[in-house]
Amino acid sequence: MAKAKESRQKKMNARVDFTPMVDMIMLLVTFFMLCTTLLKPQTMEIAMPSDKEDVNEADRSQIAESKAITILVDEGRTVYYFKGKPSDDNLEKSAFGKDGIRAVLMEANAEAVKKVKALKDEYKHKMSSNLTEELRLKEEYKAKLDEIKDGEDTPSVIIKISDKAVYKDQIDILDEMQICNIGKYVIDNFKPEDKAKIDAKFGGK
Amino acid sequence: MGRFKIKKQDTFIDMTPMSDVMVLLLTFFMLTATFVKEEPIQVQTPGSVSEIKIPEKNLLTIFVNPQGQVFMNLDSEPNMATLLDQMEERNALSGLTPEQKKAFTMCPTFGHPLNLIKSWLSPENDGKRNELLHQASAGIPCDSTNDELKIWVQAARDGLGENMRIAIKADQTTSYGVIKKVMDSLRSIHENRYNLITNLKGADE
Repeated sequence: MAKAKESRQKKMNARVDFTPMVDMIMLLVTFFMLCTTLLKPQTMEIAMPSDKEDVNEADRSQIAESKAITILVDEGRTVYYFKGKPSDDNLEKSAFGKDGIRAVLMEANAEAVKKVKALKDEYKHKMSSNLTEELRLKEEYKAKLDEIKDGEDTPSVIIKISDKAVYKDQIDILDEMQICNIGKYVIDNFKPEDKAKIDAKFGGK
Repeated sequence: MGRFKIKKQDTFIDMTPMSDVMVLLLTFFMLTATFVKEEPIQVQTPGSVSEIKIPEKNLLTIFVNPQGQVFMNLDSEPNMATLLDQMEERNALSGLTPEQKKAFTMCPTFGHPLNLIKSWLSPENDGKRNELLHQASAGIPCDSTNDELKIWVQAARDGLGENMRIAIKADQTTSYGVIKKVMDSLRSIHENRYNLITNLKGADE
């Protein structure tokens, strides 16, 4: 009897309560989640024409052709454009956004837009699991895209932004270039003559 | 004897799998965390469809706030020291005490006219240098007559080499006139490739 009593060992519960640990880890996870910036800011790359005289001269002669579109951005998010050489009555009023200047540019660049769409469709199915192959495909796609953008019959766009416009206007207009797949564009100075032309036709202040 | 036992339900929930998952999550967030760097100049960048990521290393950011003041930011302390050395070599900035130099490398964002830099770095301004960037006299001048931005960028370019990228981070309400001045001053030292920092937004198609 006494022997049996001795051998009865108390069963220890081997389970450890993890709840406080989970609580603490939850707090830490929340902290790190709130502190991380998963969304990095985006950038757009821009290459301005050099101010060396010879380069400028070449640019000038190139954009004096009939394929040129000049976009004037004035204060208060107003946009005007004209095609070809400036004359008295070819200035048109437009606006930012899908139905405004984008429609104009899309139409002028319809050929290239169509080609880019075909190119996109072509490369959509050409995914590769091989990393080097994937990279090569991307390079190839980029090269072809650049080729289309620099094609013979794509329009050249001259952008002139008034000093009274804001920075957002500039980004928006550069965005349109990207959306409409226009490869040849240049930012030029907004001259008083340009303002005078807008005033003459649309009677601005 | 009709003894009937009520079975005692164990209310203990096993937390081990949950804590496993939590630890995994915690590890993930700890490893991917890049902490939000506090920028003394708060700007609201415009949205763009561009999806290029910004490089993290060796980046010179030019801030332009809505009031048109220009500031500069370099990403690391050694780069700040290099920039300072370059500035001294050009005699643009001289007579700084070692303490002031140390203070300069600790402030990644700066933007005072060259003649005010010294007082900005003086020891009595310890701990409030970032607030001092908000005063009206702050901002790097970049007029055509007094173009100090040019000196800074050139010094940074010489000190940090060809791989240094330049990015412009401006508020969407900043007047285009100021942006143009900054771009013109970059153009005058043949810095024709740079990035414009934007937010991501979808094209309304």
